[in-house]
Formats: sequence, C-alpha cells, structure tokens
Amino acid sequence: MITAILFYIFAAILLVSAAMVVSARNPVHSVLFLILAFFNAAALFLIAGAEFLAMILVIVYVGAVAVLFLFVVMMLDVDFAQLRGGIQRYWLVGATVGAVLFVELALVLGGWTLSPSAVRLRMSPMPSGVSNAEALGRILYTDYIFLFQTAGLVLLVAMIGAIVLTLRDRKTSRHQNIRRQTERTVVETLEMVSAPVGAGTTASGGYLRPKAPEPEVVEEHAPAGGHGHGH
Amino acid sequence: MMAVGLGHYLVVSAILLVLGIFGIFLNRKNVIIILMSIELILLAVNLNFVAFSAVHNDLAGQVMAMLVLTVAAAEAAIGLAIVVIYFRNRGSIQVEDVNLMKG
Repeated sequence: MITAILFYIFAAILLVSAAMVVSARNPVHSVLFLILAFFNAAALFLIAGAEFLAMILVIVYVGAVAVLFLFVVMMLDVDFAQLRGGIQRYWLVGATVGAVLFVELALVLGGWTLSPSAVRLRMSPMPSGVSNAEALGRILYTDYIFLFQTAGLVLLVAMIGAIVLTLRDRKTSRHQNIRRQTERTVVETLEMVSAPVGAGTTASGGYLRPKAPEPEVVEEHAPAGGHGHGH
Repeated sequence: MMAVGLGHYLVVSAILLVLGIFGIFLNRKNVIIILMSIELILLAVNLNFVAFSAVHNDLAGQVMAMLVLTVAAAEAAIGLAIVVIYFRNRGSIQVEDVNLMKG
C-alpha cells in the first residue's frame, strides 16, 4: 500500500517535471527539471526492484549527462528568447502527433495480455537470495559479455569523437616540437667554461648559458632556444 | 511480481514518451531541448525494460536497459559536442539554420 502511494507520488513528479523540461522558458530550468525527472525515475526503478540500475541512473544521468547539458547551456551565449519563437506554430502539430501516439499506445496496452507460456522464454531468470547488483554482475560478464564490450566500444567511440570534434588548436599555445628536440646536439646546448677558481660564476657572466641563441630554423611557434623544453 | 502493477509502469512510460516527442515538436528551434527530449524518450524505454524485467523475473531486461543508458550517454556527449562546434562556427544553434549541406 505504502509502495503504491510512493509510486504515484514519484510518477506524478516525474511526469510533471518532464512536462516542465519541454515547456520551460529558460533552458537552465529545463536542465534542472531534467535532473528532477531522472531522480524520480530512479525512485521508480527502485520500486521495481532494479537497485543497481537506479544508482547507475543517478550517477550517469544526474552526475554526468545532466551536468554536461548544464555546462553547454551555460557556456554558449545563445539568445534563447529568439529560439522560443514559433511555439504557437508548432504547438498544435506537436499536440496532435502526441495525442495520436498516446491513443495508439493506449490501444496497444488495452488489448494486450501476457501469455502464460512467456515464463518459459526467460533468458536469465533472477536467482533467489542474491542482491540485484550481484545477480546482474553474474550474467553481465558471462552471458552478456559481448553486449558489455559493445557498450564499452560505444563509449570509446563517443569519447574520441567528442574530443576530436571540439579540440581546437589555439595559435597561442606552445607545442612540443619533437623533431627539433631530438635534433638538438650537445654542441648547441652545452658550453664548457673553465671557471676561475674562487671567483664564482659572476666572473663568467652569471649563470652558465649557451653562447648565443641558435639561428631561426623553425617556422612554427616553437619556444626560443635554451629553454630546455621537455627534458 | 512487484508491488505496483505492470500497467501503471507502462502508462507512466507511455506518457513520458509522448512528452518527449511533444517536446521535439514544441522546441523545433532549440537543439539542446531536442536532445533533452531524446533523453526523456530513452528514459521511457528504460522504464519499460525495467518494468517488464521485474514482472517476468528476468534480468535480461535490466542488461538491455544498461545498454540503452550507455548509448544515451554517448549520444548526449556527441550531440553536445556537435552543438558546441556548430555554435563556434555559426554563432547560433538554430536548427533551421542548419542547411549547409543542402544541395
């Protein structure tokens, strides 16, 4: 009974915040309502007995995806008021499509029953006496190892893609010039000085340095000679 | 079997899906809100997977939900990266301005 009441509360908050996500004027508010929706969906997962997925939802969605959205919304200097234009134009068609879809879904749900023989088709029945995370771990690394690896591959591709897309080569940044670094010889960087005894280094001009900066050979913005970059 | 019937979960996720699709139509110009609507749709899918998994006592649904979650995170990262570079190039994220590849 108490579970049902909690379910209705969480479901109501989930749906209201989802409606606010798509209808809020300020995109920052949209992201915050998205976070609220994810939290309530995690609570629904908990009620359904999927504790591990609920925690993953909170960590991945709230901790990573929603914060990513928040960063992008706040970082881009977008005129969001201008983007709101045309709502009146699209409102009706959106509501129509949504209503049609909902009626179709309701028709499907209304005439649908669970086959009694469906129980025999279970791929991986839940073991009893084992926590949800442990049961999931037992099958995830054995029966579903290829799925697991595929998920990792998808994340790898997404990571590389996002980096490649957004990496910007700034003209002001200093790079390591590996060719120049490996072509350095001892002659152009070191100088043997016979220091006078008892006079210290001030007699030979302060700190010991290479004699003169080498002639400009590089066309790119390499650091000036003698900095000893990367050694 | 869980404490709350399967039908309740299915109705909630159906409404969530409809809200996500409605959001795509409503915010035709703002690609960030469109991405958030896609996240809502994928959340509805996950809710369905978890509900059926609980009803059938079958863990395969939760594994699938985890895969959907992974794909959703990857999609959000790539989508937002595209938004960022598009804004850098054009100074706007209006979806209707995206016509560079139109013949």
